Amino acid sequence: MFKPPFLKSLLITALLASPAAQAATAYVSNEKDNTLSVIDLNTLEVTKTIEVGERPRGIALSKDNTKLYICASDSDTVQVMDLATHKIIANLPSGEDPEQFSLHPDNRRLYISNEDDALVTVVDTESHEVLAQIEVGVEPEGMAVSPDGKWAVNTSETTSMLHWIDTETHELVDNTLVDQRPRHVEFTKTGDILWASSEIGGTVSVINVADREIIKKLTFKIRGVHPDKVQPVGVKLSADGKYAFVALGPSNHVAVVDAKTYEVLEYLLVGRRVWHMEFTPDQKYLLTTNGVSGDVSVIDVADLKVIKSIKVGRYPWGVVTLE
Amino acid sequence: MMKTLPRLLSPVALALPLAATAAPMEINIAYVGFEPDHGPVLSNILPEPADAGLKGAELGINDNNTTGRFLKQHYTLHSISTEQPGEVLPAARQLYDQGVRLFVLNLTSEQLHAVERELPDDVVLINSGSQDNALRTEQCIPGMLHTMPSRAMLTDALAQWLASKRWNRWLIIEGNLAEDRLYAESLERSAKRMGAKIIERKQWDYNTDLRRTAQKELPPFTQADEYDVVVVADERGDFGEYVPYNTWYPRPVVGTQGMTPVTWHRVVEAWGAAQLQSRFEKLADRWMNSHDYASWAGVRTLGEAVTQTRSTDPAVLKNFILSDKFQLGAFKGRKLNYRDWSGQLRQPIPLVHPRALVSQSPQEGYLHPKTDLDTLGFDTSESQCSVKGDA
Repeated sequence: MFKPPFLKSLLITALLASPAAQAATAYVSNEKDNTLSVIDLNTLEVTKTIEVGERPRGIALSKDNTKLYICASDSDTVQVMDLATHKIIANLPSGEDPEQFSLHPDNRRLYISNEDDALVTVVDTESHEVLAQIEVGVEPEGMAVSPDGKWAVNTSETTSMLHWIDTETHELVDNTLVDQRPRHVEFTKTGDILWASSEIGGTVSVINVADREIIKKLTFKIRGVHPDKVQPVGVKLSADGKYAFVALGPSNHVAVVDAKTYEVLEYLLVGRRVWHMEFTPDQKYLLTTNGVSGDVSVIDVADLKVIKSIKVGRYPWGVVTLE
Repeated sequence: MMKTLPRLLSPVALALPLAATAAPMEINIAYVGFEPDHGPVLSNILPEPADAGLKGAELGINDNNTTGRFLKQHYTLHSISTEQPGEVLPAARQLYDQGVRLFVLNLTSEQLHAVERELPDDVVLINSGSQDNALRTEQCIPGMLHTMPSRAMLTDALAQWLASKRWNRWLIIEGNLAEDRLYAESLERSAKRMGAKIIERKQWDYNTDLRRTAQKELPPFTQADEYDVVVVADERGDFGEYVPYNTWYPRPVVGTQGMTPVTWHRVVEAWGAAQLQSRFEKLADRWMNSHDYASWAGVRTLGEAVTQTRSTDPAVLKNFILSDKFQLGAFKGRKLNYRDWSGQLRQPIPLVHPRALVSQSPQEGYLHPKTDLDTLGFDTSESQCSVKGDA
C-alpha cells in the first residue's frame, strides 16, 4: 500500500493515539543471545525480548500467523512458539543443526536445512513426524518452497548448488550449479522465476524454474568497497513485482534491483553485516538484520531511504512480520 | 614423456570407453605427506598431531564426494604419510605409475623439487607443506601451485597489523635452525616494506632449560634499546613459548609465538568456518591446524576445477585453476584464487593467540591495484616464477 510521505506521519500519530489499533509486529532472532526481539511496527521500537533455544537463526510463521517456527541450531531442534502467549509449545524433530527452513503452502510440511549433516529434513508440523530426510550437498543453507508447492529448493554452501526436491516423492531430481556459497533462494509470486544469492561468488543468479537454467547473473559494485566484500545473502521481492532487494553482507549495503530489467538501481547504506530482510505487512517498509552492529535498519520502500535503525540483541539473524 | 597424450594415460580413460555415458567419473587424488621427527624440544607439553595435513586431505575428499554425488563424480584419496625422507620419492613415483595425476604434497622445499623432477609433466602438483619464500621468488618449481602461504605472507600479515598499531620498533629474537633464520629474514623484509625499525636481532643460545629458568634468563636476554614489541622466530617452538610475560620491558610478544600469523586455527569461526571446524572435529577428533587447512584447500581446489570443467585432464585443470574463472570458497570471508605468476593461493591471514582471533590481514588501508590480498607476500615484480607459462 503506497501512501504519500506527508500522510505517513499522520497515519503513525493516528495509530498511536488509537488504543484499539492492532499493532503490526516484527520478530527478530538474535543468534548470539538466544533470544527474539519483538518490534512494534508502529512505533518502530523493541517492546519485548523473549528467551528461546540456543543459537536461533531461521524463523518462519505458520500460514495463519498463529505460530512461529524457530531454528534453534545448537539445541538441534525447531521450536514452535504460540504467538498469542509467546510460549514454546513444541519442539520438532528437526535433525541436527537446523539453520533455515521453509513451510509448504499446505501449512504442514516444513523443509529444514541441517547444516552439519548435509541433509534436508521434512517434518510434519502437526503430527511432529519426520516424513523424509534427503541427502544434499555440504552445508545446506537456504530453503524455499515454490508457491504451487511442487518444488522445495535447497542451497548447499560448500557444494555451490541448488538442489531441486520434488515435494511429492521427496526425491532430489535436479541440481543447478551456481557461484560459490549459495545462501538464499526466493521464488517470485508467480513461481516461474527463482532468485539465488551466492555469498562468496558475489553474484545473484536468476533462474527459470521450468528448465532450472540460469537466465541472468547479477553482479554488484559499490564505490569504495572492495568487490570481495560485496557478498549477497538475503533476497526479498516486493509484492508489486517492482523491486528485488539484495542484502550485501559485510559491504553494509542493500542493493535495490529492478525486478523486470535486472538493473541495479541503487545501494542503500544500512547497519553492519546485513543478512536477512522482511517487508512489513503493508509493504511500506523493509527491515534488515545487521549482525555486527546488532540492529535492524528500516528502509522506506517508496522513497528507497533508510529511515531508522533499531537496536536489538547480539547478531540478529532472521526476521518475520505480521499484522 | 608422452606429453601429447596425457588424457589417454589417465585411469579414467583407460577404464572407460571414450564416449563414457552415465558411469561416474572417477577422480584419483594423491596425498603425500612427510611427517618428520622434529627432535627434542623444551616445550613439548602440547605436541603437534602426527597426521597434520592428512586429515585435512581426507575432509577435502569427503567434501568433494558430497558434491560429486550430484554430478556423478567419485573422488578417491590415495594417501601416503611417512617420517622416512627416503620413502617420499618412491611413493610419488608409484602413485604416478598407478595412474594418479593429481597430487597434494605436504612436503619440504627440497622434497617438492625432487618430486617435480621425478614425475612426468602431465600432473598437477600442489604444495600444502612448505612456506619457503624461495619457491615463490627465484627457485620456482615449474607448474607448482601452493595452498600453504609463504613465510612472507605470514610476516607481512603480522607487519601490517603492527604498523596499524604503530608498534614500529621491533626486537627480533631467533632460534638457531635454518627455518628460524628464514623466518627472521622474512621478518626483516616485511619490516622494511611496512617501515618498521629492527632495534636488534638476537639469537637464543639454548644453554639453559627454560622450563625452570625462564623468569631469570629471559629478561636480560630481551634487554635492549627500547622496543614496542618482541618478535620471535622459533618455528619449532623450542624456547619461544617461554618469552611472553618474561620480557625486559612490559611489551607484547608476536611472531612464531605469542600472537601468531597462521594459515588456520581453531579460533577462526566467522564466515561459516564454524561448520568446517565442526566437520573436521567429527572426522579427526582434534582441532584443524594450518597443514590440515592447506591440504584441505588443495584437495578442494582440484574438486572445484573438476566440477567446473568436467574434466580430469591435468592440463585442463591447471589452466582453469590459474584462470580468472576459478574461485574457491574457503571460510576466510572471501573467494580465494591463485596468483598466475607464482601459483600461490591468495588468502587472508588470521592473527591469533591460543584462545582467540585477534585480527585478520590484509589490514584496512593496504591497497593494491589488483587485490589487497596481493599486499601479502610476493607480487609479480618480486617473483621470477611463471607458473602459467609452465602450464
